[in-house]
Amino acid sequence: MIPSRIEELLVTNRRGFLRTAGLLAVSFGTSTAAPQGPGPYPNPDFHQIDSWIVIHPDNTATFYVGKTDPGQGTGTGFRQLMSDELDIAFDKTTCIMGSTDITVDQVGSGGSTAMERDSWPMRRVAAEARRVLLEMGSARLGLPVDQLAVSNAVITVKADSSKRVTYGELIGGKKFNVTLDGANINAVAARAKTKLVPELHYTGQSLHRDDIPAKVDGSLKWAVDVKLPGMVHARNVKPPFACAKLTGIDEASVKSLPGFIKVVSKGNYVAVVCEREEQAIRAARQLKTTWEKPPVAPFPSSENLFDYMRTAPGAAPQAAKAPMPDGATIVEAEYEIPFQGHTAFAGAHATADPSNGQMTVYSNDMKSYGMRRGVATFLGMPQDRVRVVYMQGPQGFGRTAAEDAGCEAAYIAHEIGRPVRMQWMRDEETAWDTKSPAFLVKMRGALDAQGHLIAYDYHARSCDLNHVGYNEPDTVLIAQLMGSRRERPAAGSSATPSDSYVIPNRKMTGEVVGLPIVWETPLRTGNLRDPNGPQSTFAAESFIDEAAAAAKADPLEFRLKLLQAGKDDDAGFRRARSIAVLKAAAEKYGWDPRPSPKPRGTGDILTGRGVAYSFRGQTIAAQIAEVEVNRKTGHVWAKRIVCAHDCGLVVNPESLHHTVECGTLHGLSRALHEEVRFDTEKVLSRDWSSHPTLRHADVPESIEIVLVNGDPNPNRPDLPPYGAGEASLKPMMAVIANAIYDATGVRIRRVPFRADRVLAALKAAGV
Amino acid sequence: MSKIALKVNGRSHTVDVDPATPLLYVLRNDLGLQGPKFGCGLGQCGACTVLIGGAAVRSCVTPTSAVKSEITTLEGLASNGKLHPLQQAWIDEQVPQCGFCQNGQILTAKAMLDKNPHPTDAQIRETMNGTLCRCMSYYRVQTAVKRAAKTLAEIAPASKEVVA
Repeated sequence: MIPSRIEELLVTNRRGFLRTAGLLAVSFGTSTAAPQGPGPYPNPDFHQIDSWIVIHPDNTATFYVGKTDPGQGTGTGFRQLMSDELDIAFDKTTCIMGSTDITVDQVGSGGSTAMERDSWPMRRVAAEARRVLLEMGSARLGLPVDQLAVSNAVITVKADSSKRVTYGELIGGKKFNVTLDGANINAVAARAKTKLVPELHYTGQSLHRDDIPAKVDGSLKWAVDVKLPGMVHARNVKPPFACAKLTGIDEASVKSLPGFIKVVSKGNYVAVVCEREEQAIRAARQLKTTWEKPPVAPFPSSENLFDYMRTAPGAAPQAAKAPMPDGATIVEAEYEIPFQGHTAFAGAHATADPSNGQMTVYSNDMKSYGMRRGVATFLGMPQDRVRVVYMQGPQGFGRTAAEDAGCEAAYIAHEIGRPVRMQWMRDEETAWDTKSPAFLVKMRGALDAQGHLIAYDYHARSCDLNHVGYNEPDTVLIAQLMGSRRERPAAGSSATPSDSYVIPNRKMTGEVVGLPIVWETPLRTGNLRDPNGPQSTFAAESFIDEAAAAAKADPLEFRLKLLQAGKDDDAGFRRARSIAVLKAAAEKYGWDPRPSPKPRGTGDILTGRGVAYSFRGQTIAAQIAEVEVNRKTGHVWAKRIVCAHDCGLVVNPESLHHTVECGTLHGLSRALHEEVRFDTEKVLSRDWSSHPTLRHADVPESIEIVLVNGDPNPNRPDLPPYGAGEASLKPMMAVIANAIYDATGVRIRRVPFRADRVLAALKAAGV
Repeated sequence: MSKIALKVNGRSHTVDVDPATPLLYVLRNDLGLQGPKFGCGLGQCGACTVLIGGAAVRSCVTPTSAVKSEITTLEGLASNGKLHPLQQAWIDEQVPQCGFCQNGQILTAKAMLDKNPHPTDAQIRETMNGTLCRCMSYYRVQTAVKRAAKTLAEIAPASKEVVA
């Protein structure tokens, strides 16, 4: 029942891979992968080189890493770094990722940690493998290591290059059996040192991503494509409103449908199983169920959300904390960011195989290790009887960290004893996926007579209770519906801004508030690409613009002054790097200093520009947009966007460029379109019209990316890579709000800037 | 259930399904194709796009019994082992992030270029506007469409010469 070899499933028909690497045969059977079949599936030991690197007799290598690549090219990046450390040709390597029984537990992906944190153990292991191979070469060639050279996996005698031995000849098909040090996976260490930047060859090159050819010729086998003998199809029947109690199922309403197998239900969870996919879809729609409403409304409507949050029970008073000096000009504003959906491009999906007393889940879960723990606990199975095979899927920006379908497919497969493919429909996914929390941010500041910002108060209130984790057996939706409860829901967080401005009397606080009912609701929150960062940055970077306008200062120069005001040690060059990135963006844009707003135009189209910047971890993004605002319709178009970006060492410029570009547009989508709408008992955003996203026609005429990288010393030999998956998303809402203000003189403090909202604001201001 | 004959990527098939079954499930589950994807089931996103008689059609809302012409899927674009210029442009421009929508992007672009080999930027935006991408690879999709149009224009006169 289980495909005979895991690599077969992962690489089948990947023509680009076959063509370039010729590795198909060798990646089968010779690896450290646990034997396929009945299991069990113990964790690969991260202390063994063999768990990370396999050298084949034909002098090629396979890297095994515990990461997942949801589409930003990290897998190719890992190959570049590890090829450099191992000293092997890039095109003689391949990389297997994130399948729990054959790759070490590096969590999966998330938080832009791929290069910044998780590439380091990979590099240290590859460097150690090179060291061990050199010692083996030394023994084979009868000369000390310092008389040997290594290149492209061939060890040669420096004095006589005809004397040589390849890695494949030394160890191909055999195990290293070398134990590494380190208390945990991130601390894995050994004797060999990693290379300095000037010694890296593939790192820094724009090598083509290895996953792309199979994605454009149709040959890639995605998680949605898994088919197993005897497999059946399941679809959920979701409660019609939040916190609904199931009072009846009329199985007769579907029993005579073709292909019907079973209704599976426990607590408030209901699913239908049929032989064919379209049969399951039809049966789930047709099944008659009855439900009872909860005693109180689960939440306020989206129209009343911010009023609710302002007076939410248990919230601390939003009093100013920073002293505002007498005689100063006070700037005050409140910003509102609604719930926004992950809205992955396809619904949650997984296929579970219960054969041989095991449970294998084929999934695009970005945190496959979390899913494995969650499924094992949920089903009461020992962990080594469960494995998750990671496969590609639609990007969910954090949605697949708590990918509900895995537990559902496994539960049903466990119940009926057959492989089950589960997929959520569009309305389910948009309405019931995890949400990015709504934020209400109150800000206050004081300017002295010279226009210096001398006091600053930030208070964020986020609606972020019942923040779900990584397929935890007590927060995943099926568990909630079956009545599992944590003692207390997990509070998310209310972030503070991540700039490096130097402002005296700066106070920043935050708190989390909950909705009246937190369990079994479609307004459960989860990490969406830099969770909370875009919200806090929208408020903070809009506010800095408001302060600059009150001081009649150029918004860019106002920011630079706040960064240059620091007198203390600039730890980590955070201010120096911020200045460099802002200046790089300004230079590319051709910024001419003047206060905002600009004198208002007279035509229907008003143009303006806006700037904002932020850190995400150690990475900085500064963005400038030129927008057109249609005075008659309220429609906003970002005509031109410049993004300057510093994430330290660049592993693959082309791939980084693309990720930064797409992150920027994701920010634009959230600024212009995205908002979850709901009444007091259910989510009304259920598809692409009711939760719209950016489209082709919204795309700027030009997007210019400047990779600043590493300032103030881009050439330092120990420059580390920082994360790049999220930073460019973060400032975008503020950039667009600031540009709309520059164009129209009207400040929009509520996301998203949909045409109707902008038009109403323009009308109210007499524009 | 009833027997329905389909011609897909040059090969003939007969499937035995409920005639109302959306074509998408037949292509994916009966014929084993992986190009067309389920995205919304509502005809809103374009992930399930196939070419039917050269037109870009949303297979998730097309009853199998309604198909009267030959179907081409993403797998059928390459010929003689050579990628279609659109697919090659997608690799050259490194278009995909996750890549899940790219079936719809490529086939919508194919239908457009077959009808209009030299689209303006505005025409590309308009024609592609209903084909969504959640990774926001739009800018590169548009660049790749223009690259492919150029390649196709270069190929076309050459093949005419051969004919002449």
